[in-house]
Amino acid sequence: MKNSIGREIPDFIPGLGKVTGFGGAFARKPVGRTVGAALSTCLPRADKRLASIETAIDAVGLKDGMTISFHHHFRNGDRILNRVVEAIAKKGIRDITLSPSSLNTVNDALIPYIEQGVITAIETSGARGKMGRFLTEGHLKKPLHIRSHGGRAQAIESGAIHIDVAFLGAPACDRYGNINGIQGQSACGSLGYAIQDAAYADQVVAITDNLMPHPLFPISIPQTQVDYIVVVDSIGDPAGIASGALRYTKDPKELLIAKYAADVMDYSGYLQQDFSMQLGSGGASMAVGRFIKTKMLERGITGSFGVGGMTGVFAEMMEEGLFKMMFDVQSFDIPAIDSIKKNSNHLEMSASYYANPHNSGAIVNNLDAVILSATEVDVDFNVNVITDSNGVIMGASGGHCDTAAGAKLTIVVAPLLRGRLPMVKDAVQTVVTPGETVDAIVTERGIAINPKRLDIIDNVKNSGLPIMSIHELKDIAYKLCGKPEAIQLSDEIVGVVEYRDGTIIDVIRRPIF
Amino acid sequence: MEKLRRSMMFVPGNNPGMLLNAGIYGADTIILDCEDAVAITEKDSARNLVFQAISEINYGTEVAVRINHISTPFGWDDLKRILPAKPDLIRLPMCQGPDEIRQIDEFISEAEHKHKFPAGSIKMMAAVETPKGLRLAYEIASASPRMVALAIGAEDFIANLKTTRSKLGRELLAARGQLVLAAREAGIQCIDTVFSDINDEEGFKKELELIKEMGFDGKSVVNPRQVSVVHDFFAPTAKEIDHAQRVLAAYQEALEKKSGVISLNGKMIDLPIVARAERTLAYAKATAGKGGK
Repeated sequence: MKNSIGREIPDFIPGLGKVTGFGGAFARKPVGRTVGAALSTCLPRADKRLASIETAIDAVGLKDGMTISFHHHFRNGDRILNRVVEAIAKKGIRDITLSPSSLNTVNDALIPYIEQGVITAIETSGARGKMGRFLTEGHLKKPLHIRSHGGRAQAIESGAIHIDVAFLGAPACDRYGNINGIQGQSACGSLGYAIQDAAYADQVVAITDNLMPHPLFPISIPQTQVDYIVVVDSIGDPAGIASGALRYTKDPKELLIAKYAADVMDYSGYLQQDFSMQLGSGGASMAVGRFIKTKMLERGITGSFGVGGMTGVFAEMMEEGLFKMMFDVQSFDIPAIDSIKKNSNHLEMSASYYANPHNSGAIVNNLDAVILSATEVDVDFNVNVITDSNGVIMGASGGHCDTAAGAKLTIVVAPLLRGRLPMVKDAVQTVVTPGETVDAIVTERGIAINPKRLDIIDNVKNSGLPIMSIHELKDIAYKLCGKPEAIQLSDEIVGVVEYRDGTIIDVIRRPIF
Repeated sequence: MEKLRRSMMFVPGNNPGMLLNAGIYGADTIILDCEDAVAITEKDSARNLVFQAISEINYGTEVAVRINHISTPFGWDDLKRILPAKPDLIRLPMCQGPDEIRQIDEFISEAEHKHKFPAGSIKMMAAVETPKGLRLAYEIASASPRMVALAIGAEDFIANLKTTRSKLGRELLAARGQLVLAAREAGIQCIDTVFSDINDEEGFKKELELIKEMGFDGKSVVNPRQVSVVHDFFAPTAKEIDHAQRVLAAYQEALEKKSGVISLNGKMIDLPIVARAERTLAYAKATAGKGGK
């Protein structure tokens, strides 16, 4: 079948079964009920502590074919996921479905366990590095199942993902299992993705290098959800968990794109008193904050709230009184972690609160504007953030399609050219975010407004900004670089991209290398 | 209003990526550099790349080429290779006297004739970087009708003065002043030297304030990030525009009343003030709509 954006999706995908094609950003109405964790009990004065990860695997009764989950708040500093899988492999358990909220290059170490059949399915936000290439080559038994952060929360709550055991790295954990992410040597700030898993997994194992006296304060994940505690020497490498302060880019091209994006937001009419905003953490999208800040100060306006993927520079705007609140699902740098620790108006939120389309209203629905990066975009305003110019998986869906759907104004920033490749094309290789939810594409050589946003087109027409049609933008790119050759693909589906509502927006076919 | 040259941005002639993107930052003039930014071993490839860039890329603004000095083994070869692409402007570095300008003028005239370009369509400017060049600045400025601007190159000049460059720029005060006088006498523009510490935005702004007061028309820049800062500085403020409009309105009213004395808010307005107001408004009009807000 062709889905509503014209992508050819088989009705039946080997390894996944029958699938539903994407039918529009808000077309699918959810039915049924949320699922829940298995009932459990814990006797008074019981000790939840276990001696080792191996003991914990025995205690939870992990078996062949089960699904295990992890959070990715430790990013490339993560010392949990690889270690748990190694322990599982040693016990001879096979056919595991791995469901981490995302994968980082540190998880390239999992490749042997896929080859050995320990891991046969992965459901996550995306993949990078060697793992991305390995998965693109089709070595996994089932196709890689890519979900956005909101889509993953939706799938967990609807039961599409059933987590048998969540192994959660806990920067601070007390003796009865209360957890937060802001204390200890492996502090990572918000535990937004872990909160989701803890609430719905049948069993939860907290792994910590910072066992604290009971009761812990503050509590992000409550003791009522945590079954076992394992204390280890180190759960993460601080240098890999969070960088020092992420600063604004100095790249003049990214700054130019950022300035244009801020101007588009301004002329579009969304930069008003009490507006709300989310910024991506990429060079150009983050730098938009700098120009927005200048405009806010010049005009004497303040915002209502910010959403992230939080960075220190954004949190700083709240500390300076430019925003009332920040909603934080993951904290990207040390200043952001410090901010969530000390500011009561810097709120931790779950992935569902952030972006789940099938609850009674995620915070993305309240966004006035979001600035997002892109790998490539096309003349239908569709965005790819997953596959590179060779069709290889090298990115993550993240909250891209969630925020684009929720915000009143979605601005996608991207360079028009990367090296000798055009980034505005006739058709993107893989659609992650549908064009119907994207309002403006901002590049260093021109800005295209989605033709269905007549209001924005009208507002920006006398701005002096380089406004042009998306086709003109593409033509400039093609004139400079030539039209890129199509990637030769096999019929084998190595990945599916699920839209936030559970329908399939695109599939990734194995390129013929 | 003459051609705006608030920002003249240097782009290394041997860097394809930078050549490709040079036009996107809104600089009034892009200077494709074959001289200091290019190592001796790269001179020929830079020359070829610059030729291709001018031929193939529509920069949408004035494109200059800084050639190597004609006393080096590269200067004439630069001209030979690049003139057929018809750059808008040739910038000569290290200019020591009017003879150099006349020689290049002649060479350009031949090229224009050969390639059927309109006579005089390729302009020239010269950078003064030595005490001798400064002494002959007026002669240099008026040596050819192609000359549109003088520029000062500070680093070499200061080395020649046997001093060092300071934040306040006192060591350049005399040279800058003299250069503006020479350019104004010859009726051409005057462009200030580069400010190379690109992360010192405050220092950059101080220098811009100084050169604007001294009468410079623009500044050479080395990094695209400096372009918008320069433009913001040279743009007339809302207050200046408002004042200029009032001056002209008062002048118009006096003309209609055939009154000999013009005043605004109790202050006398004479013709130089009217001329300055006209210049401010023309400048505001010329700079409006260039880039975003």
